[in-house]
Amino acid sequence: MIPDLGRYASEVLSAYVVSLALLAGVVAWYWLRARAVRSQLDQVEQRQERTE
Amino acid sequence: MSSFWEYANPRKFMRTTNWLLPLVAAASVVVTATGLIWGFFFTPDDFRQGSTVKIIFLHVPAALMAINAWIMMLVASLVWVVRRHHVSALAAKAAAPVGLVMTLIALFTGAVWGQPMWGTWWAWDPRLTSFLILFLFYLGYIALWAAIDDPDTGADLTAVLCLVGTVFALLSRYAAFFWSQGLHQGASLSLQPGTRVDWAYKAPLYVSMSGFVLIFVALVLAGTRTEIRARRMKALVARERMA
Repeated sequence: MIPDLGRYASEVLSAYVVSLALLAGVVAWYWLRARAVRSQLDQVEQRQERTE
Repeated sequence: MSSFWEYANPRKFMRTTNWLLPLVAAASVVVTATGLIWGFFFTPDDFRQGSTVKIIFLHVPAALMAINAWIMMLVASLVWVVRRHHVSALAAKAAAPVGLVMTLIALFTGAVWGQPMWGTWWAWDPRLTSFLILFLFYLGYIALWAAIDDPDTGADLTAVLCLVGTVFALLSRYAAFFWSQGLHQGASLSLQPGTRVDWAYKAPLYVSMSGFVLIFVALVLAGTRTEIRARRMKALVARERMA
């Protein structure tokens, strides 16, 4: 499945694994922060609706 | 025809990005996967660099976006300074973490590519050094936003930092031309005549670059939406405290 990368296999594979992990990490960070902020905002808005 | 400045209205921005973001996100996954799979599995080894040439499909798009993210932050910051549109300041803030990660990917892939080709992981080469300084500017920019409570003051100060950091963003692109020394070569892709990269590599590279641009756009749209919500939450909490 993986092409023959010869004697540079460790360099090429580590470049791909680390880069894809970093991309996945930043996407996960944006997604988790979006979810947290949205739920906090919902709570504040609901609290304000109740008091008004 | 509606004006571009309408998107400075947070409600208009949220409405538009509500349908635009899923499209851009889906396109970013498809295009990036296509570019990287094509580059990794279906390109031949280079006669001199061997299989390390496959690192180009990560290194060049990441470096491109590391610099362009900073330029986008500069433009958004200038819009904030001149027109005081909150959405533009929040878009600049949202772009910084993506730019930071792109810079990190470019530095890491450059090091693992450089070791077998140059015989060293790192050299104090003008281009590499200016890229490292750009990375530190990204860290400083994110830290400055986090350190200031008032969003308008934060936007003002980070705009100044962004302006200063632009020197290094431009240097990291043009350093190889300013100083004819160092290990890093000039631009791999150029509009000048003469082939530097064969189409066997250039075609998947363009696809991969487009994918990285789409990832950046998707994350900036998502991040700006989050920052708009966070700003609204802050305003509501402040109003509660005043009451």
